[in-house]
Amino acid sequence: MADRDEKELSGAAGIDRRSLLKCMTWAGTGVLWTLSGGVPRSLGLLGEAAAAEPQANGLTFLQISDSHVGFDKPANPNALGTFQEAIAKINAMPTQPAFIIHTGDITHLSKDKEFDDADQTMKALKPPVHVIPGEHDVADADNGKLYLDRYGKGTKGKGWYSFDVGGVHFVALINVFNFEPGFKSAGLAKLGDDQLEWMEADVKGLSASTPIVVFAHLPLWTIYQDWGWGTEDAPRALSYLKRFGSVTVLNGHIHQIQQKVEGNVSFYTARSTAFPQPAPGSAPAPGPMKVPAEELHSVLGVRTVNYVRGKSPLAVIETPLGA
Amino acid sequence: MPHWRITGALAAVGLAAALFAIMPKGPLMGETAAAAAANPAAVQIDNFHYTPPSLIVAPGTTVTWTNADDSPHSVREKDGKFKSAALDTDDTFSQTFVEPGEYEYFCSIHPYMTGKIIVKPAGSAS
Repeated sequence: MADRDEKELSGAAGIDRRSLLKCMTWAGTGVLWTLSGGVPRSLGLLGEAAAAEPQANGLTFLQISDSHVGFDKPANPNALGTFQEAIAKINAMPTQPAFIIHTGDITHLSKDKEFDDADQTMKALKPPVHVIPGEHDVADADNGKLYLDRYGKGTKGKGWYSFDVGGVHFVALINVFNFEPGFKSAGLAKLGDDQLEWMEADVKGLSASTPIVVFAHLPLWTIYQDWGWGTEDAPRALSYLKRFGSVTVLNGHIHQIQQKVEGNVSFYTARSTAFPQPAPGSAPAPGPMKVPAEELHSVLGVRTVNYVRGKSPLAVIETPLGA
Repeated sequence: MPHWRITGALAAVGLAAALFAIMPKGPLMGETAAAAAANPAAVQIDNFHYTPPSLIVAPGTTVTWTNADDSPHSVREKDGKFKSAALDTDDTFSQTFVEPGEYEYFCSIHPYMTGKIIVKPAGSAS
């Protein structure tokens, strides 16, 4: 059954409202709803996605994440291949997104060759691509030098930046450089004081009606502390965003969709284009999860986000690679 | 399984004690290196854990970490005294410990993973 629904979902960019409503059904069954905080508005979001879908003047952008180029273990012997598939799928969309964000873990082991392969693959994309690193991208012996040499130009500090498109303010945060070892703290990610100060100043001059989209590799809410799935100083970052009417937080890292809405903030984590990871606490460790080969494409995917002026919140559509 | 590894580590310490007993005191790198080569110590990385999580070695011992996991891991001393690049499956990283002391380390990719190497002269009080 899942297989049939995925086929319909795969062309989400160009399908009619009726098909999209079917997608809602699929998404409702496919998303994990077990988190504290719940997701009371999730179906509503997808409903608005359906309503907003035909509007041409909205801003649509796309999120890809956790491509882990270089990974070749049983969970996915060819992560570069599935990344290339995802890129081809994006290029086949009839309406191209305004831009694409890659929320980190571009590579598996921060190797030059992996970065080269990933760059080569992303070059095929027509819209501009904005990237941030995951911890796998800064795992070289020089603490991220390879990543920053390649992608750090024009960014602040250790790679963070912001930009505006279509009236939406985008903030790219980096939370893979300041890890506190587990014997000092919970072993969660950190944004660090420098970046937080920069962020506070960055959003200060914006009007409260400006929609804000924040993206960072590790989740900005603690999904599962035992596996380090959270960011210790994220509450400080979110405190700077309290006055805004619409805040959307997009993360990667955990290779599965989790979401929650808290006040004015909607949080989402994305699927990987490489391999799935177990649900929080459902396995002894958060390593790559092996699924039957024929199911792999149903647990990988990309995300489209649609913003229509005057309508809150942003609509989010998940598209699995399976077709 | 951890039981066996701890026993192995203690045996290594015992052997090092025997070697040190017949050595003159002083910074004799040749002998120290020989002792280390004779007593390599190993830490296995598996299922997001360092095993054993705490390892006692004599000064001069070379400790080798082997990543037996599907996920890459690294070995980084908390103050940066030593660090590896990301270790893929079956990759190894070695570090020779000369100075006595406690060396806490963690995985820079999964920082909640931690371990400790305790370097102390054989036969010293614990």
